[in-house]
Amino acid sequence: MLKAESNRMGRKLLLDKAHVENIRLYEVYRREGGYRSVEKALKSMSPDQVTDEVKKSGLRGRGGAGFPAGLKWSFLAKPEGVPRYLVVNADESEPGTFKDRYLMEFIPHLLIEGMITSSYALGSTTSYIYIRGEYAWIVDILEQAIAEARHNGWLGKNILGSGFDCDIHVQRGAGAYICGEETALLESLEGKRGNPRIKPPFPAVKGLWGCPTVVNNVETIAAVVPIINEGGEEYAKIGIGKSTGTKLISACGNINKPGVYEIDMTISVEEFIYSDEYCGGIPNGRKLKACIPGGSSVPILPANLLLKTAKGETRLMNYESLADGGFASGSMMGSGGFIVMDDRQCVVRHTYTLARFYRHESCGQCSPCREGTGWMEKILWNIETGKGKMSDIDLLWDIQRKIEGNTICPLGDAAAWPVAAAIRHFRDEFEWHVNHPEEAQTRNYGLAHYADPLVLTA
Amino acid sequence: MPVQFSETALAEVKRLVARYPEGKQKSALLPVLHLAQEQFGGWLSTETLDYVASLLQLSPIEVYEVATFYSMYNLQPVGKHVFEVCQTGPCMLNGSDEIIEYVWEKLGIRPGQTTTDGLFTLKTVECLGACGYAPMMQMGKHYREHLTRDKVDQIIAESRK
Repeated sequence: MLKAESNRMGRKLLLDKAHVENIRLYEVYRREGGYRSVEKALKSMSPDQVTDEVKKSGLRGRGGAGFPAGLKWSFLAKPEGVPRYLVVNADESEPGTFKDRYLMEFIPHLLIEGMITSSYALGSTTSYIYIRGEYAWIVDILEQAIAEARHNGWLGKNILGSGFDCDIHVQRGAGAYICGEETALLESLEGKRGNPRIKPPFPAVKGLWGCPTVVNNVETIAAVVPIINEGGEEYAKIGIGKSTGTKLISACGNINKPGVYEIDMTISVEEFIYSDEYCGGIPNGRKLKACIPGGSSVPILPANLLLKTAKGETRLMNYESLADGGFASGSMMGSGGFIVMDDRQCVVRHTYTLARFYRHESCGQCSPCREGTGWMEKILWNIETGKGKMSDIDLLWDIQRKIEGNTICPLGDAAAWPVAAAIRHFRDEFEWHVNHPEEAQTRNYGLAHYADPLVLTA
Repeated sequence: MPVQFSETALAEVKRLVARYPEGKQKSALLPVLHLAQEQFGGWLSTETLDYVASLLQLSPIEVYEVATFYSMYNLQPVGKHVFEVCQTGPCMLNGSDEIIEYVWEKLGIRPGQTTTDGLFTLKTVECLGACGYAPMMQMGKHYREHLTRDKVDQIIAESRK
């Protein structure tokens, strides 16, 4: 029974051991096969061979951008006599996203193991985990795992007699979403404000303290463990097309079973929402209205465009399918922060909270973002509270267009896209707020036509 | 009384600085500010910031600009217990506005305010990465999740003990 169940749920590479009792402790993690990837890499592979396996795996950065990880590693400059660094981005702050927290909290040694193997590939003898300051208790969990790993000879000098030295430190941030952007993260790690740097130079050439640096997300580095254990080609067999391997999805909002799920990127969005293996459907018999499938920055989709693409094909939980149709009718995989909204929810109010979030988190360096995020927040608040004008909707559209692409870092785009998509797909809900300012204070617009089957024009 | 770390805290500063290459002690600034906030009543006064600057051999402005950038550093005194309630989208979908309203009902404080007895401060914060366990708040080092009115009552009662 159990076996059939786990087959149906697809393969798990990261969380398959997450429920083993005391897996947080070294002895249990090791007994369950932990640290094999370090043994394999250090005893039988060259650093470049490790990088090659990651390239072959097709692993894409799991933080949100989806850039091929092996390719990023291959850009790392290797000048003689200059230290190189691996920095793990654990500044998980994208609304809707809580997968890295889960991984670090329940199976911290997986991250530490992945870091040692990756540090070997990159030649980093001191590697850092930059973790958001609010995850304060997870710092203790990681430091304990690091101490255990060091005590058992996986960190320190001449690991496994290979001649490779490595140590890992955990650095706590202090509350700033922008530090999830890799150059802002490096600034913060240097003890400065989290102001993103102008690229180029890229961190691979000039990163931490001016040295070549690779910054990777927690989940990306954890995925290096199964890639080295099973080989990049085996890993690449899981999934579809350029969506290889497994992906952690953190599901939240109006669903019966919020939580973190590992999927193999072949299941449909519909199955993910309604099957008991995953979200378990919408509570209290409510209906699905909308969803932001990849963290707050990616476009929101109404129910009818979420479950099927504009071409009428079943939409799948992977990079290509979620993006099918571009921004006109698709969205993005992003960070895997899956936010579900039922028919009671108000898209205007939700978009307002996101606009407030981005205004709060803008670092203030670039005027389009610093000023524009504040304007969008104010206008959305006016519309939500019955003080909006019809021209405000066009003004919002105009502001987001002027932010997008005009800033040093992607926070500007991340602030613009949710507003753009909300207007694109839910314009009549905005107009209803403007035309019925009093009624909009007492009830929400409801499901309207957002789940109606699409009429295909092809 | 001049601001001064305990011996234990000074040892911790030394340990933190040793994690970075020679001359890069500025990297210890964020962790040392966390430590200072813990040591000196949950907030950072100008005197404290100046003290941290001298410890790490930085100019005061380097410390001020960092302390004012990050939302976890309190630059004003706060109550003994700080309720940091998340109000971003996913928490809002699950009733965070009602929790903020209920704290007002129970304690008479709005976001940014502290009770007159100095016991409680209410802060609204943006996404803390607990979206699946909403609504939630941070209290010190830990998260309190799946909040309800009853749970808020409970938290207030246990804080008063």
